[in-house]
Amino acid sequence: MNVSIAGVAHSYAELRTIERLDLEVAANGVIGLVGPSGCGKSTLLELICGLREPSAGTIAVGGDGGAGERLAHCAYMPQRDELLPWYSAIDNAALALRNQGQSRAQARRGAAELFERFGLAGFERVAPQALSGGMRQRVAFLRTLVSGKPVLALDEPFAALDAITRGEMQEWLAAALRADPRTVVLVTHDVEEALYLADHVAVLSARPARIVASFETASPRAPDRDAAVTDPAFVAARERALRALREGGR
Amino acid sequence: MKRWLYPVLLLAALIGLWQLAASTGFMAEVMNLEDFLVPSPAEIAEELWKERSLLAENAWPTLVEIVLGFSLSVLIGVLFAAVMHRWTTIRLAANPLVIVSQTIPIIVIAPIFVIWFGFGILPKLIIIALICFFPITVATLDGLRSADPAAIKLMRTLYASRGQILMRVEAPGALPSFFSGARIAAAVAPIGAVFAEWAGANEGLGRLILDTNANFRVDLTFAAVVVLSAIAIALYALVALAERRVVTWR
Repeated sequence: MNVSIAGVAHSYAELRTIERLDLEVAANGVIGLVGPSGCGKSTLLELICGLREPSAGTIAVGGDGGAGERLAHCAYMPQRDELLPWYSAIDNAALALRNQGQSRAQARRGAAELFERFGLAGFERVAPQALSGGMRQRVAFLRTLVSGKPVLALDEPFAALDAITRGEMQEWLAAALRADPRTVVLVTHDVEEALYLADHVAVLSARPARIVASFETASPRAPDRDAAVTDPAFVAARERALRALREGGR
Repeated sequence: MKRWLYPVLLLAALIGLWQLAASTGFMAEVMNLEDFLVPSPAEIAEELWKERSLLAENAWPTLVEIVLGFSLSVLIGVLFAAVMHRWTTIRLAANPLVIVSQTIPIIVIAPIFVIWFGFGILPKLIIIALICFFPITVATLDGLRSADPAAIKLMRTLYASRGQILMRVEAPGALPSFFSGARIAAAVAPIGAVFAEWAGANEGLGRLILDTNANFRVDLTFAAVVVLSAIAIALYALVALAERRVVTWR
């Protein structure tokens, strides 16, 4: 399902967060949005998901422009994992099924297969607070996958992790998306993360956000992340993106 | 050293000091009173044993009032909090009234309730509930409102209805606050019961305290106070135990 953003602007009262933004994401494509902290990236995700309405412009998800329709198509993964401590890992992952009226046992069965497939087998009944940061992010991501929604809005999913875990998680997410492709809008301040995971990267300016640079990536979600990120073309792209980020930040 | 040992040692030391001051006649002399008006802990303990059937007879109705009144206040407190949380208009309208309800001195209003509702248990329950619902409502409402907005947005993208957000995110998150309020309510419920009985009752520890005090049976007054505080401590401990059993994620 494609996402189409045309002439979108948004402001909180006097504070202008987004200024005339145009963006196209193809069905099952991954777009990486990179920008300085506080540039309105999270607001953009909330706009796409139908959690807010823009002040101007249109946003369509799968051709549907209404906030309610967008909400029906998108699953949101917030910056902090927001796993509920009163539910086990699998009950957190299965929340979308529970909300749709399935019994606890039914919902668990629905999520169990993904636990198996994405390296979380054995952790089903563990409380979230007993999981490591990386495991928590996996459960949080599976929670959005289990919803079965075609569009995933990921807000800095790995920002809280250490560098090594973050690299592992990027590789894990790449594998998950190869196995189960979805349309993904990935917001991050990590240029390397965006270039590795996305087909298309847009660099945003400081607030109010507008696109200052935009390019296709060479080999998105390559199985061997270490090889991919040290490739000369990747390194060159990273330099270009960083320069755009620096200039846009002014 | 065990943690419970500290308060036990302090209490023992205080009782020991009191015993010494009272049994030597020192306290009575300093206060310029007759000896029998300043009973020692040993004398109070003796009274507790000698008058055990009288104390038990009067403890039972007070216990019933406290437990029922407290339960009623939990019901009302949670209901008020839920309604005020769900409808902002009601919250804005009712909040000042809830606070005003606590500015009415119970000792003043209690006799009126006795005139209106008679000498039975009803006015006592109303008085206890009137004192106890307040900390529960305030704390629970605070807890309901403290849910992370990101968790609520996340739930909305996972098909959650307003009611499911309440039951799966807000209500469990409010449980620790609810229990804080309930513990305060448990501690003040016996005070409400005593006031209620003073306003008009044929039996109960409050009534007994009033009678024995009027007859200068200070030893028996103290014995009744000991029983009353034992009830308060037991109720408080019960609430704390329930909290530990329910809130397992903290």
